[in-house]
Amino acid sequence: MKSSGLSVWRSLRGAICLLVALYLIAPLTIVVIISFSGAPFLQFPPPSFSLRWYDNLFTDAAWGDALQVSLSILLPSACGATILGTAAAYAIVRGRVPGADFLYAVLMMPIIVPSIITAAALFGLYRLFDLNGTLTGLIIAHVVLTTPYVVATVAAALRTLDPRLEAAAATLGARPVASFRHVTLPLLAPAILSGFLFAAVACFDELIVSMFVSTARTRPISVQMWSNIRGDVDPTIAAIASLSFAFALLALLGSLFFTRRPEVDRSA
Amino acid sequence: MTAGPGFGRLDRRVWLLAPALVVLTLAFLWPVGWLLSRAFTQPQPGLGNFVQLVRNPGYLQVLGNTFLISAIVTPICVIIGFPVAHAMTHSGPRIRRTLIFVVLIPFWTSLLVRSFATVILLGRNGPVNGLLEAVGLTSEPVPLLYNLFGVLAGAVQVLLPFVIFPLHAVMLRIDPTLLPAAMTLGARPIRAFVSVYLPLTLPGLITGATLVFISMLGYYVTPALLGGPRQTMVAQVIQDQIAQFGNWGIAGALSLTLIAATGVLLFAVHATVGFRASVR
Repeated sequence: MKSSGLSVWRSLRGAICLLVALYLIAPLTIVVIISFSGAPFLQFPPPSFSLRWYDNLFTDAAWGDALQVSLSILLPSACGATILGTAAAYAIVRGRVPGADFLYAVLMMPIIVPSIITAAALFGLYRLFDLNGTLTGLIIAHVVLTTPYVVATVAAALRTLDPRLEAAAATLGARPVASFRHVTLPLLAPAILSGFLFAAVACFDELIVSMFVSTARTRPISVQMWSNIRGDVDPTIAAIASLSFAFALLALLGSLFFTRRPEVDRSA
Repeated sequence: MTAGPGFGRLDRRVWLLAPALVVLTLAFLWPVGWLLSRAFTQPQPGLGNFVQLVRNPGYLQVLGNTFLISAIVTPICVIIGFPVAHAMTHSGPRIRRTLIFVVLIPFWTSLLVRSFATVILLGRNGPVNGLLEAVGLTSEPVPLLYNLFGVLAGAVQVLLPFVIFPLHAVMLRIDPTLLPAAMTLGARPIRAFVSVYLPLTLPGLITGATLVFISMLGYYVTPALLGGPRQTMVAQVIQDQIAQFGNWGIAGALSLTLIAATGVLLFAVHATVGFRASVR
């Protein structure tokens, strides 16, 4: 009886996992297939195949401009978030800050507060400073929205890092800056890189705040996608969706590679 | 405390927090505070906006919808996520790695891309309807989009990782010898599972369920794209009030309601499983 109950659970569990995997992966696979469609509408399976929608992405002015806006805010935002987030995580975990837990929670607020509220708030305040529709405004917004990811990733890594390593460097005469540069930073590099990648992906994908603070002239790719989905849909949207999926997949693989650790010993 | 070399200098590290806090204050706390204060100042000072929220059945309906949909999505995510987290924890390294990867993919993929993919998948002439007809379950396309089913299908897909990862994290810490021990003492497998294993997963379960619930409360894209007018949620109304009517007062009042609900929930979770677990 015991073993049959257990095996029923095992097969049920297996079936659910398989269905969930299908549920999570199937939609994305279908989008990738449609992006190579030869038909001018979203049809699955496509009647014929072509690269015309990828071509359209780079030749059509609206898509090209949007791609350019997204790429020009991507690097400054992700770098800003990485620098701010790494510094803050280091201060919170190592700096003996009073109320560190509270400050950590405050730093996480931009990802807890619904984006629609941040979006409306920034749009409202940006009006006073003429920042709506500017690249600066978009960059500031994305730094704020993605810093929490870097703080969380780097703080988690710092907590598993033995503080005695830094103490040892200090004992050997290293000044704090030197011990950070030569001991802590190299050990933290994977987490920082992984935080940077996540910040970059999140910035590229962010829709709601961008929708509020951008205008028709500075429109990032996510907003262009959104207006396309709500208006006349053609497979160009599937092409950019596939590219953005490929970008996310590469970033994910990169982050898994950087933070690769030996299998967790579960007996511990 | 233990005075090591250079401890006087160590505290200067606190200043590393300053840049992040300055940016957060200027570009997040200030604007959000400004927006929320509109609730009490526009169009006239006072509580007029909240009176309107309570009096106008339209707003109440939307608030009710928002909580109802979140309350439906959450248990679905938990029920589907639990076996996946369990398999992720108690399988061989290959299955575990595959599952982690499969669950991480949507986590890293744009919400917009995934919702759009769901639109195609569930469309009138989409693959799901094709499959249903081919199997002979239906004779004509079933409306799977622009209704509650569409919202649920899209939202669960997006939010599953939020419940799977916290569950996986607590399951990893459960002593694998506990269940066999309970069974040696005569407990049937189901009883051993329910009274020994399940309670130990509660912190992860509560954390995951809270994350799903509060994320769903503020969602915009999924209901806007996959739901119909009857699935309108608070975020869409906030957007409409600002973009179409310039009604900052009502938008502020709705935002405050949303933030208050989120805050109360997080506080309740803080009281039960600890705050750090709830934000991570």
